[in-house]
Amino acid sequence: MNLEYSDEHKAFRDDVCRFLDEKLPEHLTDRGRRGRAPSKAEHEEWHAILHEQGWLAGNWPREFGGAGWDAVQRHIFETETTARGAPRIVPFGVAMLGPVLQKFGSKAQQDHYLPRILDGTDWWCQGYSEPGAGSDLASLRCEAVRDGDHYVVNGQKTWTTLGQYADHIFCLVRTSKEGKPQEGISFLLIDMATPGVEVRPIVLIDGSVEVNEVWFSDVRVPVENLVGEENKGWTYAKYLLTHERTNIAGVGFASAGLAALKRIARAEQDGGRPLAENPHFAARVARVEIDLMAMATTNLRVVSAAAGGQAPGAESSMLKIKGTVIRQEINALAKTAAGPYALPFQSEAVEGTNEEPVGPDYAARVTGQYLNNRKLSIYGGSNEVQRQIIAKTMLGL
Amino acid sequence: MNFEWTDEQRMLQDGLRRYLSDAYDATGRKAAREADRGFSAETWAGLAEMGVVGALFSEDQGGFGGSGFDLALVFEEMGRAGAVDPLIDTGVLGGGLLATFEPDTLEGVIAGETHLALAHAEPGARYELARVAATAERDEGGWRLSGRKAVVANAAAADRFLVTARTGGAGADPDGISLFAVERGALDFRPYPVVGGGTAAELSLDGTPATLLGPEGGAYPALAAVHARATLAVCAEALGMMEAVRDLTGDYLRTRKQFGQPIGKFQVLQHRMADVLIEIEQARSAVINLAGNVDGDARDLHVAAAKNLVGHVARLVVEEAIQMHGGIGVTEEYDLGHYARRLSMVDHRFGDTIHHLERFIALTRDAAPLEGAAR
Repeated sequence: MNLEYSDEHKAFRDDVCRFLDEKLPEHLTDRGRRGRAPSKAEHEEWHAILHEQGWLAGNWPREFGGAGWDAVQRHIFETETTARGAPRIVPFGVAMLGPVLQKFGSKAQQDHYLPRILDGTDWWCQGYSEPGAGSDLASLRCEAVRDGDHYVVNGQKTWTTLGQYADHIFCLVRTSKEGKPQEGISFLLIDMATPGVEVRPIVLIDGSVEVNEVWFSDVRVPVENLVGEENKGWTYAKYLLTHERTNIAGVGFASAGLAALKRIARAEQDGGRPLAENPHFAARVARVEIDLMAMATTNLRVVSAAAGGQAPGAESSMLKIKGTVIRQEINALAKTAAGPYALPFQSEAVEGTNEEPVGPDYAARVTGQYLNNRKLSIYGGSNEVQRQIIAKTMLGL
Repeated sequence: MNFEWTDEQRMLQDGLRRYLSDAYDATGRKAAREADRGFSAETWAGLAEMGVVGALFSEDQGGFGGSGFDLALVFEEMGRAGAVDPLIDTGVLGGGLLATFEPDTLEGVIAGETHLALAHAEPGARYELARVAATAERDEGGWRLSGRKAVVANAAAADRFLVTARTGGAGADPDGISLFAVERGALDFRPYPVVGGGTAAELSLDGTPATLLGPEGGAYPALAAVHARATLAVCAEALGMMEAVRDLTGDYLRTRKQFGQPIGKFQVLQHRMADVLIEIEQARSAVINLAGNVDGDARDLHVAAAKNLVGHVARLVVEEAIQMHGGIGVTEEYDLGHYARRLSMVDHRFGDTIHHLERFIALTRDAAPLEGAAR
């Protein structure tokens, strides 16, 4: 065993750090430090910087314009960028749709869509979840009926992240009610400018809008927008989920969160001394840091196995649970650390203006982040669903 | 970065696992438990013959390994079998100190002929390594020791005792602590069994004749080094025990029926078992982190992190496993009982969760948190 990166990977990490020193704009990391979600323009700016470097699609093969990184390189890139507070790469086009099109899409679909994902022409969102079909995705009902050269889509999607910015949506739709629920599902690409598509924002618990409902009323979608074969969409969806689960542990996000937490705890005064010196508080911070140190290594063990060609299976469920619990604990401690200045309601809308925050700037979003990040243990297959996967596949229960 | 064992390590692991599963069948475990010295002389001889004691030492020292990962491997297997042999006491602690201060006597340790006990902790010192009150005074041709030593593990079997005492300093001052060798015949003590297997004793030193090992007043760095390695050993041993408990409990959940189905079909038990599994993987990662850093600059940080984390997980595993087993889990005869007793003692050697949490806080308060993971 050896905990050190290989010389090649150390050199790669140096390249990444140098690139971030030079090219990651400060206004993007300031945003991260204050816990405000990036605007559409800020996402696009960061994507463009990465695209210019050829690093936007680390997971794509070079033949499709990707960087062709191995699992360890992807891990290094994700950890270093998120730990510095860079915006995450919006996953829907790059991490989710791209790999599906590369494996199952037609040549025409690949030629048309892949370059447009890289250069920012198209912004994709995901249409999987429905009211009543969350973690039990196979029970989805949004329907596509063939009518000549078109499918006619009717139904509703929900929890569509950043759908308000998107011009395209990839959807799982029901094309057959025969057989098992997984068997009648198809994977469809829909231009959101098509008549009958309506996006309605969902205001979240912290006052932010990042998810939406998407409604389809007699939306006519050309049949060439079907990916792969009709009724085989479940296979593609599962393939996509394995890609979604890279960086599922969120080590970089947790490291950045922990660094911010420690800054707050050093700045806040508690009984005439820094809060960091309160033994009860310090104990909770230390416990989560110890857990994070171990999880970072658990993550590397999975990454290392993946780089050796083993497909991560239920290990990603372990990382999902542990990673989200750690991040939520860090958020909870940051809120505690802010003290009374966790009380003012300072939504993203307020931060979008040039108004000065109430209280110390590090306190402005702690409550919002705490509340918003309850989602971490819910989305992408709730932590309870992940436990079922572990019990079944790793424990044989 | 590489999380695979070498071919040699894998061979040692396979051989050790086979040997221990034979030696620690139901009869073997009972015989070990009832032996006066707290373990089976035959099993110990077999371990030494396989080179298991030697695996704890480098080739320079006359061994075949000695890295943190070698220790992790050996002790994980010892734990998996629920072995009670005093490999930590004779090998890691005693042997580790002799390797530093009296290397020409190490051969007998590696061959399995010499048994050692480190008498360091004292009543009231709890886990504070530098808190030593026992004193040593120079005598014509040697030294005489006075004071008390608490819960001295492997006392029943030890041929030689390594004893710490102050030749200078006071309280918890690391300077002034010296190491002495004391022959068994010079000591009067009554050994007692400890929970989970093995023996210990209280030592009263009253002008006890002793020989100085190493520099006068300068034993602390070596003491801290062997304690770090012993902490790694006990963490790895706990990991092996936790894996054994996980397997036992998984088997039980698949076979025990209630309300017309295996109890493992109940979601609440599935989720609890999944959490147990996740935490054991966390413990494995903490052991790997410590094994990779036990001889490096970040040693103390990883000692504190790993021992704290393993202490928490060990408690979770013991309590959850017993609860999921029901009544059979609290019986003496069932295997789980042995693992539960032994695993619940992990927190009481080399510092518990609270002790190491305080150490961790002291070491990290002003440091930046880890950014990224591997380096």
